[in-house]
Amino acid sequence: MSVQIINSIDITEQHTTHAAALLEAKRLAEICNACRYCEGFCAVFPAIAQRRSFDEPSLDYLANLCHNCTACYHACQYAPPHEFSINLPKALAELRAESYQKYAWPKPLGILFERNGLMVTLAIALSLMLIMFASILFQEPDNLFAQHQGAGAFYQVISHQVMVTFAATSFVFSALAIVMGFINFWRASKQPLRKLFKPKPLTKAIKAAVTLQYLGGGAGQGCNNHDASYANTRRYFHHAMAWGFMLCFAATVVATIYEYGYGVISPFPVFSVPVILGSIGGIGLIVGPVGLLWLKIIADHRTQAIKQLGMDYAFLLLLLLISITGFLLLGFRSGSAMGILLTIHLGFVFALFVILPYSKFVHASYRLAALIRYYLEHEQAK
Amino acid sequence: MREKQHNILVVGGGNAGLCAAITAQEAGAQVTLLELSDQLDRGGNSKHTRNFRVMHKAPTTTLPGSYTAQEYYDDLVKVTQGNMDHELTKLMVEQSAELLPWLEDKGIIFQPSLAGTLNLSRTNAFFLGGGKALVNAQYLHAENIGVDIYYHAKITELNIEDGKFTQATVIQQGFEYTLRADAIIFASGGFQANPEWLKEVWGAAADNFIIRGTCHNQGIVLKSLLAQDVARVATPEQCHAVAVDARSPKYDGGIVTRIDCISYSIVVNNLGVRFYDEGEDFWPKRYAIWGRLVAQQPDQIAYSIIDSKVTQQFMPPVFPSIKADSIAELAALISVDPTTLQDTVTQFNTSLTAQVPENSCVNNANGNNTAYSSTLPPQYNTDILDQCSTDGITPKKSHWALAINTPPFYAYPLKPGITFTYLGVKVNANAQVMMSNGQVSENMYASGEIMAGNILGQGYCAGTGMAIGAVFGRIAGEHAACQFK
Repeated sequence: MSVQIINSIDITEQHTTHAAALLEAKRLAEICNACRYCEGFCAVFPAIAQRRSFDEPSLDYLANLCHNCTACYHACQYAPPHEFSINLPKALAELRAESYQKYAWPKPLGILFERNGLMVTLAIALSLMLIMFASILFQEPDNLFAQHQGAGAFYQVISHQVMVTFAATSFVFSALAIVMGFINFWRASKQPLRKLFKPKPLTKAIKAAVTLQYLGGGAGQGCNNHDASYANTRRYFHHAMAWGFMLCFAATVVATIYEYGYGVISPFPVFSVPVILGSIGGIGLIVGPVGLLWLKIIADHRTQAIKQLGMDYAFLLLLLLISITGFLLLGFRSGSAMGILLTIHLGFVFALFVILPYSKFVHASYRLAALIRYYLEHEQAK
Repeated sequence: MREKQHNILVVGGGNAGLCAAITAQEAGAQVTLLELSDQLDRGGNSKHTRNFRVMHKAPTTTLPGSYTAQEYYDDLVKVTQGNMDHELTKLMVEQSAELLPWLEDKGIIFQPSLAGTLNLSRTNAFFLGGGKALVNAQYLHAENIGVDIYYHAKITELNIEDGKFTQATVIQQGFEYTLRADAIIFASGGFQANPEWLKEVWGAAADNFIIRGTCHNQGIVLKSLLAQDVARVATPEQCHAVAVDARSPKYDGGIVTRIDCISYSIVVNNLGVRFYDEGEDFWPKRYAIWGRLVAQQPDQIAYSIIDSKVTQQFMPPVFPSIKADSIAELAALISVDPTTLQDTVTQFNTSLTAQVPENSCVNNANGNNTAYSSTLPPQYNTDILDQCSTDGITPKKSHWALAINTPPFYAYPLKPGITFTYLGVKVNANAQVMMSNGQVSENMYASGEIMAGNILGQGYCAGTGMAIGAVFGRIAGEHAACQFK
């Protein structure tokens, strides 16, 4: 017999207003600063130790340094039931969700973070598909279900012009919005923009970001997923997802070069660089999101912010759907289902690019900014 | 948990109990561990700790240099003033060298010493994440190797016949059980969380004590043992006591309630009078005497007073400072007679041996030369026992004495914070409990705070409590498991 304590979670306990979340994060940071036992886990605690007071931009910075590995919660002598009731991962996750909205560009669109759950993502995907269906039907209704083969087959379904317009517009807008958000976030640090490019902090930050150093728990033991034991599972799944995403992105870039540089028109053969890159990346984009969804489901929900879960699930599912539809398209591209599959796949892809600056994706940009700032402050303190 | 024959019963699920349970289980016994708290609150005082003081002849992965057995032993003799069992102390020191690899093997991760603990970086091995992370790893390992762990388990009766444990009555989650075992290991701590017992020792003053650690160490087992002819060590008033913030929670305030500015301050009681040399030695060597010093003051309260020159020189306390622009105002805020406090400060300021050179006085915003200065005398150096002392006042402040003259002024209220009491049961080198007639108990063992008084008759040296718990936990577990083989 082993006694299990079952914890009930009351979601009304979540800090719903921004002021309350800030106040809570400030209270915790001050207690952590007097304790410092967690110094070895990640960058958040040394960053706390460099401060004596915690204003809003500092707390937003700490929130984005935190990777929610939850090691500090399990190690905390002041975690509930202690009367100090410290739960830093949750407090910072709540603040982090709000910081995405705060630093979003253009600012009014930040409101999308509040409504960017699964339903919104699906709605965007569906509406994009509708638009494309409409554009096809308007031109040549039979095209959708006809068999198309050989170079340029895709463009017989959706005109090259429509595809490029959608892709270019959504991509350029997203890239701009993400860069502007990154700059807004950096400006709050009161550090000049040029400090971003100081070689040492920049190199260290990029290294920490690409290796997911701070999901390593400080000694490479990994983070806590659902209890006090450590594992690197989350780090590995995140690597699969992130590198999968990069490979798929690389596939797209190579494909673009093929089409514009060499006039080689898609669909490409199975043994071609874009398809191989895309397939390997696609596997990562199935393994990663499935694993991360699984970890989210079994996670210790005491340490998660309900507010952030919607965007987490939405983004992971979107990536998963992109990959699954991509493989379906690859498998059935010579048949009559290609038109439908292509439209659905592109719908998800474009949806991703449209919502990118208002999705969980931005954590990558803000984390990187926070990490650069961390290593910069570290250097400045010497 | 019906009546059944267990091989080994371990009472208490902190570091000492877990080390004993793991060792005994790995040596082939079936161990049952009883923890008084629930799962979230487990680990006793260990969850508030952060390091082990360990002997090492060569650098380890996290400890530089060496810390020889002789040096460790000498440090303990110095702090206890020889009030210890010398043989047991030597044994503990020797075996502490095995702790790091053994614990690492059980999943405990060590890290270089934390920032601000430079003085401990050679002698004390810090576990990553602090004591709760340590006990989490120990519990995980204990569960994995098959130790039966019962939370909410409280011993209400111990039956001992002729120095031999026979059975224990345990209440667990409202139900009473009788447990028999071949051997029992007591690792249930001191009695500091038992207000009645503290009052027997300290009188009404005990009401003003803050207990830095768990509320579960009520000395139930200790009391039962001492009442059944078990030999005792140390005296009831001996304990590890530090000055903590008077606003701390009654229990479990842990590390954050400590006040680290005492050596940079003057400390007055509620009569507005200083009572001890605040700069006698480096703070890590002195923090453990201030609990007792404050306990001896009227109403067991004192105030550490600094000015704005030194606010960045110590770890930020968890509670906000009490702040005022003049000493008189500050006195009013802390309910101390303003005239007396002003006199104390003036007397202190005029007795300083190291003064700031005249020409370094700063000009204030009006361009007037002011008596206040934010600069420090050239002799002032917190890294060494410097020459900034007082002359002609009692008590003297030996080092780091700076004028309290630069507003705003800050005060932190202090109360005695008890970490753990030293009164315990006497053990031999096998961690076996000794009876008062000199007999060695056949099947009773002890480890941790309940027997730390064998080594710490008085005084303290950081990280020793955890080392005692782990070393004697392992000895007890090993011996208890092997004696039946």
